[in-house]
Amino acid sequence: MVSRTTDEPVVELTGVTRRFGAVVALDDVSLTVRPGELVGLLGPNGAGKTTLLSLVSGLRKPDAGTVRLFGGDPRSASSRLGLGTTPQETGLPDTLRVAEVVQLVAGHYRDPMPLEEVLTRFGLTDLARRQTGGLSGGQKRRLAVALALVGRPRLVLLDEPTTGLDVEARHVLWQAMRDYHADGATVLLTSHYLQEIEELAQRVVVVGQGRVLGDGDLGAVLALVSRRRILLTVPPSARGVVEAVPGVEGVQSQPHGDDERLTLLAADADQVVRTLVAQQVPFRDLEVRGASLEEAFLTLTAGADELADDHAGSPAGAGR
Amino acid sequence: MTATGDAVVQDDGAARPQPFWRLAWLHGRLGFVETVRIPIAVIGNLLFPALALLFFVVPLPQVASDPVAATAAVAQLGTFAVMSTCLFSFGAGVSEDRQRPFDPYLRTLPAGPGPRLTGRVLNGLLWCYLALVPVVLVGWLLTAARLTPTQALWSLVLVVAAAVPFLLLGLAIGYRLTSKAAIPVVQAVLFPLAFAGGLFMPPEAFPRWLDVLSQGLPSRAVRDLVVQMTTGTEAYALALPVLLGWTALFATLAVLAYRADEGRRFR
Repeated sequence: MVSRTTDEPVVELTGVTRRFGAVVALDDVSLTVRPGELVGLLGPNGAGKTTLLSLVSGLRKPDAGTVRLFGGDPRSASSRLGLGTTPQETGLPDTLRVAEVVQLVAGHYRDPMPLEEVLTRFGLTDLARRQTGGLSGGQKRRLAVALALVGRPRLVLLDEPTTGLDVEARHVLWQAMRDYHADGATVLLTSHYLQEIEELAQRVVVVGQGRVLGDGDLGAVLALVSRRRILLTVPPSARGVVEAVPGVEGVQSQPHGDDERLTLLAADADQVVRTLVAQQVPFRDLEVRGASLEEAFLTLTAGADELADDHAGSPAGAGR
Repeated sequence: MTATGDAVVQDDGAARPQPFWRLAWLHGRLGFVETVRIPIAVIGNLLFPALALLFFVVPLPQVASDPVAATAAVAQLGTFAVMSTCLFSFGAGVSEDRQRPFDPYLRTLPAGPGPRLTGRVLNGLLWCYLALVPVVLVGWLLTAARLTPTQALWSLVLVVAAAVPFLLLGLAIGYRLTSKAAIPVVQAVLFPLAFAGGLFMPPEAFPRWLDVLSQGLPSRAVRDLVVQMTTGTEAYALALPVLLGWTALFATLAVLAYRADEGRRFR
């Protein structure tokens, strides 16, 4: 066996491509996660996040490239001794009790957390004898994440851990994950939900259309993906001027009487509005809103080649 | 919730997955608990053979009071109980499990598919024995059916041998079909196979053509071997080769179905 150094990558993907029929879920992806990192994979639905996790957990094989988990093949059981993953909350065996499901998973590890500790960490103590079919959505979620930690894994994979939870339940889970990370674990989580990534991740990897679009610390990536949406109505003759304003990334137009209603995406909306005023563009009905992550991704994916080369930098026109 | 600092196992470089039998036992035990908590799934299977004996054999004095005929009738319905348990628990059960997201989750745990499958087999065998209890009780208390202690012991062993081909057929169905398709297919296989194999009506009552056809079926081969063991009535000469042939075929189908399923879902 290869000697272990403390800095040996926990996860290492090299040139990984994975197709499902004609769909390319991952396209030549390389990613290294080192011990103790808390990495968020951010991307819209269908970006390839879940596929990436299924390769790391040994459920699937790549069509090309290599995937290493603790330096070994994730498809061999012994490589997965230090791995913890979550089941989908809808998939728990309905008739088993909470404590029984925990025992089933714990039995696969040499030195699992005692039942008491797992239940306490996730506030499940009172539910230990409840059948999982009778749990609420939030309780099932908590149990699912508890199952990821019961074997005291060095690496935890969490796929959309708090989707569909209310605010309070979400905060309880986030805290549990922060605690476990503070204990020395490596965490790799996916989300299409910017706030979750902001709350948890130190390093963010942006995935879209099967490719890594950005990889950097939280601040750099937030600058990369945060966009504002500017709506305004202009006469058709002014559209060209608007499109040429620096910082405007995407323009969509709808007829609005004799005029056009334009929707612009921009990283720095204030600067764009200032320019519009300075250039005396005859706009009216101005609105500025936060753009959704999906919209931000669309502009990112459009300029993917440029961004992948300069991933930690700002997109063109975002700076001053 | 406090950071304890020792929650994470920092180095398990030399560790191996948990021992196979320990994991198989864990899966078998919890699989049993899971099934037993849905009583309706269990009761039908446990009661049907005993009810058939009660309604169709006990009221007929010429069968019920004849030790050989009564023992054969109990043996036939016992074989049916084993066959039905295997086809349902492996055919319908496996296909249902495959559709649950818990199944891929279990594959991410540090163990191969072996312990879970072994646990399922142990669990299935236990249900086979449980399914025999009512039919044997009815036969013992209400008919002239009798076994010597040696025959009884051998019968316990024979349950495993009788279960193997149907367990494999169940796995082939379960890994090949969705649960919507698997349940009707199990029923479509189970009842004709049971009837034509002489599990409901003894083959002596068959027309000649059905008797000949029947001898090529796995259910008939098992039935005759079980009846030979319990009553001493010789099985037809080809019973064992026929049974082994079907077992080899079902094993091949089960392996192919398992591989195709793995290829579809996990490649």
